[in-house]
Amino acid sequence: MDFLKQNSIFALVAQRLSFGLLTLFIISLLIFIGVEALPGDFAEAILGQSATAETVEAFRQELNLDQPPVQRYFSWLGGFVQGDLGTSLANGRPIADLLGWRFKNTIFLASIAALIAVPLAVIMGIAAALYRNTFFDKVLSMTSLSMISFPEFFMAYILIALFSVKLAWFPSIANINEQMSFAAKLNAVVLPALTLTLVVMAHMMRQTRAAIINILSSPFIEMANLKGLNRLRVVVLHAFPNALSPVINVIALNLAYLVVGVVIVEVVFVYPGLGQLLVDSVSKRDIPVVQASGLIFAATYILLNLIADILSIISNPRLRNPR
Amino acid sequence: MITLLSHLRTAPLSAKIGMGMVLITLIAAIFAPLIAPFGETEIAGDVWLFSSSTHFLGTDSLGRDMFSRLVYGARNTIAIAFLITFLSFVFGVTLGFVAATIGGWVDQLLSRMIDILMAFPTLIFALMVLSVVGTSIPALIIVIALLDSTRVFRLSRAVAMDIEVMEYVEAARLRGEKLWWIMRHEILPNAMPPLVAEFGLRFCFVFLFIAALSFLGLGIQPPAADWGGMVRENAGAITFGIFTPLWPAAAIAFLTVGVNLIVDWALHVASGLKD
Amino acid sequence: MKKLLEIKNIVIEGQTSDQWVPIVKGIDLTLKKGEVLGLIGESGAGKSTLGLASMAYTRPGCRIASGSIVFDGQELFDGSASLLRSIRGARIAYVAQSAAASFNPAHRLINQFAEGPVQHNLMNFSSAEEKAVTIYDQLLLPDPEHIGYRFPHQVSGGQLQRAMVAMAMSCQPDIIVFDEPTTALDVTTQIEVLAAIKDITRKYNTAAIYITHDLAVVAQLADRIMVLRDGQLVEENDAREILAAPKEEYTRELLSVRSFSTKGNKDKSGNKVILDIKDVTASYTGTEEVLSDINLQIRKGQTVALVGESGSGKSTLARVITGLLPQSKGSVLFKNKPLAPKLKPRSREELQRLQMIYQMPDTALNPRHTIRTIIGRPLQFYLKMNGRQREQRILELLEQIELPADYIDRYPAELSGGEKQRICIARALAAEPDLIICDEVTSALDQLVAEGILKLLLNLQQKLQVSYLFITHDLTTVKAIADEIVVMLNGRIIEQGPKKEILKPPHHEYTDLLLSSVPKMDPDWLDGLLEKRILAAAA
Repeated sequence: MDFLKQNSIFALVAQRLSFGLLTLFIISLLIFIGVEALPGDFAEAILGQSATAETVEAFRQELNLDQPPVQRYFSWLGGFVQGDLGTSLANGRPIADLLGWRFKNTIFLASIAALIAVPLAVIMGIAAALYRNTFFDKVLSMTSLSMISFPEFFMAYILIALFSVKLAWFPSIANINEQMSFAAKLNAVVLPALTLTLVVMAHMMRQTRAAIINILSSPFIEMANLKGLNRLRVVVLHAFPNALSPVINVIALNLAYLVVGVVIVEVVFVYPGLGQLLVDSVSKRDIPVVQASGLIFAATYILLNLIADILSIISNPRLRNPR
Repeated sequence: MITLLSHLRTAPLSAKIGMGMVLITLIAAIFAPLIAPFGETEIAGDVWLFSSSTHFLGTDSLGRDMFSRLVYGARNTIAIAFLITFLSFVFGVTLGFVAATIGGWVDQLLSRMIDILMAFPTLIFALMVLSVVGTSIPALIIVIALLDSTRVFRLSRAVAMDIEVMEYVEAARLRGEKLWWIMRHEILPNAMPPLVAEFGLRFCFVFLFIAALSFLGLGIQPPAADWGGMVRENAGAITFGIFTPLWPAAAIAFLTVGVNLIVDWALHVASGLKD
Repeated sequence: MKKLLEIKNIVIEGQTSDQWVPIVKGIDLTLKKGEVLGLIGESGAGKSTLGLASMAYTRPGCRIASGSIVFDGQELFDGSASLLRSIRGARIAYVAQSAAASFNPAHRLINQFAEGPVQHNLMNFSSAEEKAVTIYDQLLLPDPEHIGYRFPHQVSGGQLQRAMVAMAMSCQPDIIVFDEPTTALDVTTQIEVLAAIKDITRKYNTAAIYITHDLAVVAQLADRIMVLRDGQLVEENDAREILAAPKEEYTRELLSVRSFSTKGNKDKSGNKVILDIKDVTASYTGTEEVLSDINLQIRKGQTVALVGESGSGKSTLARVITGLLPQSKGSVLFKNKPLAPKLKPRSREELQRLQMIYQMPDTALNPRHTIRTIIGRPLQFYLKMNGRQREQRILELLEQIELPADYIDRYPAELSGGEKQRICIARALAAEPDLIICDEVTSALDQLVAEGILKLLLNLQQKLQVSYLFITHDLTTVKAIADEIVVMLNGRIIEQGPKKEILKPPHHEYTDLLLSSVPKMDPDWLDGLLEKRILAAAA
């Protein structure tokens, strides 16, 4: 008991970690059961009623449908952990080959967007909170409110119409391949990255502003002002350490949002990423690919939330210095 | 009713503009057959016509009148989004209140289950479920309503928890009131302001979500007019300098901006903040 | 002597939904070097607002509309930001009511102490550290060498409050504004903080503005007192003179609050026992006992006062009686029948006869219900009253609690604090109870309003023969209304018996500490008490 009290921060982190792992496990189970729970025979449902007996049988063997479900689940999960994701129904290629390159592309796109959006949004959010109710704040607030109301594809098409059709500065299709140089790749993803940045920034800025305003109304900030400290010191030394935890949460929440927002942007710009593959596979009902890419998305999302949780625990002064 | 109207009069300009925007969309949706010059799926002229006196916003990839489809699309999209939001509130608020007022292991169980569901990105979840059960309107409604109710659960539980610790709730418990009476008479009236604001927010989210699914070809299926789907159908044209797909996209933005403007004010009122 | 601070005809306004309304309506205030000025008044008097204005500071949503604030020859009204910064903290410092909220949780106490003098270029960090140890020592903080290296949440409430006084002293300011610094503390802790403040302001000859609602507290410190009401000055005079010979009626009322007491309590020891608590032990976690072996009897028409400081377990006992916290041992008999430990199995009749009134009338009334619903619900629920009969009864109850009949359609927000507490009383009475548990029912109210509530409760008791279990930390209230007194400490009953016996020496050691810590309307009380305690400790 005493040990736990002394190390409450470690206990909390350990608790979050185990909950993250548990969540991932349950999600994988859900994904698997979801397919199992299909009404009627899975093979027939996928192949349609016109399928001949032989094709159905071949399909069943392909997916090991003749084995009991529990065994199938663990061989699927075991394979997944070792990097064997099964084979695609649509073209019979190993899913790992299909996914690997696309996953890298998605991370590339999302990282660029995050690198621009996070610092900009946090700085603007803080500025808006500091200069609250000024003209600057009101303009920023109206703009961000509109931005979060726009569907991602609207933003994307506006950018295409402007920068690709009217001005012809950037390509409207973000086609990249492994032979391209880094600069060429960057040029190709300018528009999709910009779309993502704008959408995520609006959310992040609004939430950062709210978190900072909340801190600025604390009595200890009034006390700092009454000690005759200058404004910069009040904000940087008194408000910021306490705002860290909520702001980290905001950032992680939006990075997680970014992971999802990327799906639509990839479709608009025909970008060879994981999101586009997922959407394609859903329409083709290529279930093994859907399962694999869904699990990867979920894992990334859970990981980001986990990191945020842990960082915000560590940045909480009360937890860092227990009684 | 009178107090509500006088309340509306004190709303700031931005909220009034928002109300106007929502009202316009609603009128279009309700009176669609009277407003639209052409039928929902009627081929009215050549493909990709620019706007003219007959075709207010031009025609689409099949030569259907864009303006008419936009008006009918308002109907389909708004009705479904509203139904989903409503269902998700029925699930979410009921479970949230139950978790908060009963507490103990019931709360623990519900909250952990919801935590796990929320640890999964909604769009990905919806995509996967729809890939398995196929895209049909009822499936769409139930899947999104269930996923969205997790967010409503979180909020209504938190709000109910704040109210639950109030002494007037304890007084009702000590009086011997039943759980249902406490939820209905003590908690719900006080939870209304934040829940109303959240309803607007969730509606926007659901609306954008359906638009996104339709845009991906997995939502409301053609030939029914639907704003997200209409963007998808006409998307190819944009690279040729034809801006037809921007109209339905702008319509989506128009409604969500309107609702968000109102919600912003509602949240402000609900929080009781001065600035 | 030269005036250090001179505020003239100051008007401070607060923002309501669409206009500015005055909170402080043209008050003059002067302060000489080393002088302690007491600002006293009830809530809404504008005393905190006026106190903060001496630093030319207003809370968000307020503004100084007109007037002048001259400190040491400089005009602060409309003063530049850099002028105000150079004065705040360095020459006029502030001590807030809640030290827990006013210390930054992210920094160690010593860093927050040193920040002022270092930033105002008065000394470097290491000499500020030395100074901190000196002042911590002077304020009798335990382990002055090391306590500064703790974080605020690692220090107890009374110590933290003294640490804040130390922080205000760090620059040796000319004036310190104390804003209700002891209100949130227990009486025994309040004494320590009061003594610390008095000692250090004398030692450094610091002038002070001491803001409080409690005349007896301010009497110990102030040289001069200003009585405020609704943003206006009622009376201003030398402290001793105001206490001895108040000129205004309002000041007289404030002074007489503490002398109110029941005359000639009838002996109720022959009455029937309503509530009998036998050997009750309870705990929240199952391991640590918060109540141990409680034995207590309440008779018909009797008031039993349960006294103790925070954490003594007095409110926990109320939770056991009402069934919110089932006891682990012992039994509670209500009218000779054992009550089920849990709330659920109790009959509606049992619930009806046992009612409760809470500390905060704001949170005890549902803001979305009208007074009709609030009082009417128990009538409908227990007594099956409906329609005209119920309406009639609600009006009767309103009359009993001395509120006008047209309040029936109002919402709680349209009532004052005292009126809300009266509605809570009416709600309890509506059930026609035998016993009402009153949990700190007057501590959230202004003193004059509280007195009214106590008088009402006593009148009702005479009329209806209802019994009260009166839970309070305030000994003045106990003296005023109790028939019997029960003193609790750390979950145990220390002493219990009829009021006369308990209040008459010899006391139990802790009861003595409690009784002697209640400030008296006597400017020499604190000095005398401290002297006595020092002598006792030496002996």
